[in-house]
Amino acid sequence: MTLPHPVEGFFEEMGRFFQLVGRIFAWTPRPPYDFRELFRQMVKVGVDSVPVVFLTALFTGMVLALQTFSVLNRFKAQDFVGSLVALSMVRELSAVLSGLIVAGRAGSAMGAELGTMRVTEQIDALEVMATDPVHYLAVPRVWASTIMLPLLVIMGNGVGILGGYLVAVVLMGANPVSYLDRTFQFMDLNDLVSGVVKASVFGFLLAAIGCQQGFYTTGGAEGVGRSTTAAVVVASIAILISDFFLTRLLF
Amino acid sequence: MPEAVKIHIHDLHKSFGSKVVLDGVNVDVVPAESLVIIGGSGTGKSVLLKHIIGLLKPDSGTVEVDGQAVEKLGNRQITEFRRKFGMAFQEGALFDSMTVWQNVAFPLQRLTKMSRGEIGDRVEECLTMVRLEGVGEKLPSQLSGGMRRRVGFARAVAHQPEILLFDEPTTGLDPITTALIDEVILDLSDRLKTTSVTITHDMESAFRIGDRIAMLHQGKIIAEAPPEEFRRLDDPRVQQFIHGRADGPLSEETPARGPRDSKDETGSTNEGEPAGAGARELERS
Ligand SMILES: Nc1ncnc2c1ncn2[C@@H]1O[C@H](COP(=O)(O)OP(=O)(O)O)[C@@H](O)[C@H]1O
Ligand SMILES: [Mg+2]
Repeated sequence: MTLPHPVEGFFEEMGRFFQLVGRIFAWTPRPPYDFRELFRQMVKVGVDSVPVVFLTALFTGMVLALQTFSVLNRFKAQDFVGSLVALSMVRELSAVLSGLIVAGRAGSAMGAELGTMRVTEQIDALEVMATDPVHYLAVPRVWASTIMLPLLVIMGNGVGILGGYLVAVVLMGANPVSYLDRTFQFMDLNDLVSGVVKASVFGFLLAAIGCQQGFYTTGGAEGVGRSTTAAVVVASIAILISDFFLTRLLF
Repeated sequence: MPEAVKIHIHDLHKSFGSKVVLDGVNVDVVPAESLVIIGGSGTGKSVLLKHIIGLLKPDSGTVEVDGQAVEKLGNRQITEFRRKFGMAFQEGALFDSMTVWQNVAFPLQRLTKMSRGEIGDRVEECLTMVRLEGVGEKLPSQLSGGMRRRVGFARAVAHQPEILLFDEPTTGLDPITTALIDEVILDLSDRLKTTSVTITHDMESAFRIGDRIAMLHQGKIIAEAPPEEFRRLDDPRVQQFIHGRADGPLSEETPARGPRDSKDETGSTNEGEPAGAGARELERS
């Protein structure tokens, strides 16, 4: 059977991805547990991403308030700006935007770091010293990202709502009390949970893809560059596509 | 297969894409023997070494270590299997996120049950052995190429494995440090009965440490003999290599590669890539 090159390449990548995911799950319960490395990666993926996620969420909330205000005004429904901003952030935007940003920051760094380790034979050296690279490198990175992304998203929810509040109340002169009332009036736990679940799936995806691109790097420094770019591009596409299916599934 | 064979390589074939690298390699190593492999850059010496420890899988043929077929080992078995090995990589392959000390301690922490104190002593001992006392706290990026290579050597021998694989341990080192590394290799096989396979370009080293020397050329072992005998072999290819002459049968045979392959080789200018590494060796020697 012959397939066109890009199609064949796509299936090959998918095969590698699911194989890596399988190995991550198989290795996770096995000792030794490297909590120190897990913690280090949580700092790298999570804590270090706080400023950029903060800024993104703040301005997204602000823009949402501006946009929905001008649209809802046409229906004389400007009271609902708070509801719209909050629901959009919590259900959708906070998770997707944080996912894309962390893919650009941390996912690419994983691709570059593991890619460099591959081309300088450090990954071979790990294997030679009876250390499985998936266990040693991928497991802490993937779980750190899966844990930290929901936390970033919860922070993003709060910051986004704050941004909306600032624009609506300070700039547009909305009533602060009724704005806040509206913000939480239609929100239920399900909205929050679905955003957080999405976030952890995105966190898993972006780290697993970053590691996969790193592990399969070939061709020296140039190859490391390719893996770094691919880590961001593939993870971003994966996040956007899986977002659609998760949204279908979770509501 | 006779009992007294530690490493048995039979009819090993390996290609990358359309490029044939190993084309029927046969070679045995007996326990406590030191085998030296020589051959031009890019002839597949590193590839051969990686087959012994299962980092690469043969297209056909077998590699057996202690009677175990390496390519048949499963994921978990191979982890156990590798405990008997120590390997020094051509470019050191040090973990660049760790200090020199942590690099040398790594196999001890992973492969032995030594206590913290014992590990500390052993790391000091190994660093002293390669004359790198006092650099333990440095990062690999702060060392010269030759120093990195010596740290890689120290890391390979630290846990006193049964089998040692050295990929050009002395390339780029000064003659005195080279002699020192050679001494260590000799001592390991005398004292600990370690079996070793060493790749080198340095003929003086080869004659010093080898119980047997084998020459790899165009995917095959073309000559194999104890040092004294090897020196006297009639094969003009062997003689050209031993004496490092620019003219001879080796130089004439070189352009036997396809046009696509030569393009690949010039196209890669990067650290760590096998073809690139080959090119850099040429500059050095
Ligand atoms: N993983 C790999 N993928 C593709 N080609 C490789 C790989 N490893 C080695 N090669 C090719 O195999 C040939 C032999 O490489 P190597 O064993 O590193 O040579 P040397 O004898 O100098 O150690 C080179 O031409 C190299 O480009
Ligand atoms: Mg080599």
